[in-house]
Amino acid sequence: MAAIERPPVTGAGPFNGLLTWVDRRFPMVPLWKEHLAEYYAPKNFNFWYYFGSLAMLVLVIQIVSGIFLTMNYKPSAAEAFASVEYIMRDVPGGWLIRYIHSTGASAFFICVYLHMARGLMYGSYRKPRELIWIFGVMIYLALMAEAFFGYLLPWGQMSYWGAQVIINLFGTIPFIGEALAIWIRGDYNVSDATLNRFFALHVVALPLVLLGLVAAHIMALHEVGSNNPDGVEIAKSIDPKDGKPMDGIPFHPYYTVKDTLGVAVFLIVFSAIVFFSPEMGGYFLEYNNFIPADPLKTPEHIAPVWYFTPYYAMLRAVPPIFGSQFPGVAVMGAATLILFVLPWLDRGRVKSIRYRGPKYKGFFAAFIFAFLVLGYLGVEPTTVWGEFGKGLPLIGGDYVALWAARILTVVYFAFFLLMPWYTATDKEKPEPQRVTW
Amino acid sequence: MNMKKILVLLVLLVAPAFAAASTAKVVLEKAPVNLHDKSSLQRGAQIFVNHCLNCHSAASMRYLRLTDIGLTEAQIRDNLLFSAEKVGEPMATILDPKDAKAFFGVVPPDLSLIARSRSPDWLYTYLKSFYKDPSAKTGWNNSVFPNVAMPHVLWEYQGDQRLSVTQRVDPLTGDKVETRRLVMDRPGSLSAVQYDQYLGDLVTFLSYMSEPSQAWRRQWGIIVLFFLAGFFVLALLLKKEFWKDVR
Repeated sequence: MAAIERPPVTGAGPFNGLLTWVDRRFPMVPLWKEHLAEYYAPKNFNFWYYFGSLAMLVLVIQIVSGIFLTMNYKPSAAEAFASVEYIMRDVPGGWLIRYIHSTGASAFFICVYLHMARGLMYGSYRKPRELIWIFGVMIYLALMAEAFFGYLLPWGQMSYWGAQVIINLFGTIPFIGEALAIWIRGDYNVSDATLNRFFALHVVALPLVLLGLVAAHIMALHEVGSNNPDGVEIAKSIDPKDGKPMDGIPFHPYYTVKDTLGVAVFLIVFSAIVFFSPEMGGYFLEYNNFIPADPLKTPEHIAPVWYFTPYYAMLRAVPPIFGSQFPGVAVMGAATLILFVLPWLDRGRVKSIRYRGPKYKGFFAAFIFAFLVLGYLGVEPTTVWGEFGKGLPLIGGDYVALWAARILTVVYFAFFLLMPWYTATDKEKPEPQRVTW
Repeated sequence: MNMKKILVLLVLLVAPAFAAASTAKVVLEKAPVNLHDKSSLQRGAQIFVNHCLNCHSAASMRYLRLTDIGLTEAQIRDNLLFSAEKVGEPMATILDPKDAKAFFGVVPPDLSLIARSRSPDWLYTYLKSFYKDPSAKTGWNNSVFPNVAMPHVLWEYQGDQRLSVTQRVDPLTGDKVETRRLVMDRPGSLSAVQYDQYLGDLVTFLSYMSEPSQAWRRQWGIIVLFFLAGFFVLALLLKKEFWKDVR
């Protein structure tokens, strides 16, 4: 029993009685106030601040469309491919649900990458928001796992061989690798057993993990309050009259209506892809994946979907040592795990890129450039890699693309590993007292 | 090093890149696909059922679905239903996979999605590129898909082509330059223009079949975008109204 009985609900007209009844038994009004009506967010959010709520919207889209796909999909090696085509042709509206789900996968990564870039730019991972960032990185990793498991389900050639390649990466881990790969597959090859477990992980396990992490991410955010493009804390400028932050506005209605506008724009772009170009030129749905999985026929060029390609390029850039691909796998793993320690690598006195010095800006630009170009290189087949600089008197000769990937991998890591140095010695501009528009 | 030497060096360095590029790439012709042309789709369906379905299946496609392209159930049953008994059945092939393996060495692939995995342009160019090759098992080879197991099923219409390879020595570089092109030996029952139209109909049908809902999808897309444009305007006005007091 609550120690203090809350006052009756007012202002809901004929529903006052009902809401009071509920509120005495469940903290509905306090939750509403804490997370929406009286959650004060800085008033100066810009374009980059849409992508958190949009990522949540995509999560909901994926869960709802996924539920409907599950009603008609058959997770078996013999039937999976045909059942997807059954959804595309015979299930009323099935094609729409399927395209929403396949486009949603890429849209999720677009939103998450832009959301993470925002966090980097404005120092949203800095004290006291380290845990928000860590939960966020965990969401990112869970999302990668979710996408990887889901990609096997259509049981096309790329599904099959992509899974084969990624699982074999685990097989390169010294000593335990082979056993680990068999444990993941449940077989010596990617097979019906693999498809069944990936289905279970994709539709039950990882969505639960994702939802839990998203809840933790938002609870941590609402505990410390939102950062903003200026990186100054609005909690430091409290209005003495009402005790509320002077630069803060209640999330509801201000940001709920603003995010609704973001949702409208997002849905326009999203629908344009779903209805007019669901394959997105082979980037969202790969052409080879319209061929049923054939364990006896390896495709000439196996590339992961675009959202994994920066890491894939790193993997290919690292030469094997003693015939083992493990160093490349380790580099790839390190590239994602290094995100966890970011809050402790940054020693800048200001948070936002607006007040950072030239060193940080240079490193940040190089990092974004490296990530994008690595993403491009990861899409291209290795044969094209060789052709890039073929015959041109450039560094690396025939292997310009390979050397480019190596250099850019170093740039990627330099952004993190040199951060304690360049942020501490950078010539920063003074932060304002209050947020600016 | 003087300028001339640098230039020569550059040419020498770049030359292998061009040589590699010229042999590897097959230039695809643009397939004349118009999914709104019902009569083209119907002709394509007829060609498909008469010529392709003997060896290939289209297991994801039901005969009944051909009502999409303007055929009635009775028309489908009377004219196209060779490999099945009911219009609700999928387009299977009459060829037993074991026989197929014995005849061709491979089971002919299912064609339900072939236009999505290969692209209409590839199919169009491929079907134009068969040539007589006595060394091939079926007597036919293909310049888009070398050593393909499939014979030229449409030879009566297109006629017999032969691969002409001419070699000449480039006077500038001294490299051997090989030109490969297909020459018509004996024309078939269709002229070149007619055969292109004939293939155009077939490829249009294959494109339709790879995603029967695509025309439907675009129509819905326009409605949805109009609706969302309205939603955007309302959301914008709402946001402006609420944010007046913040600014």
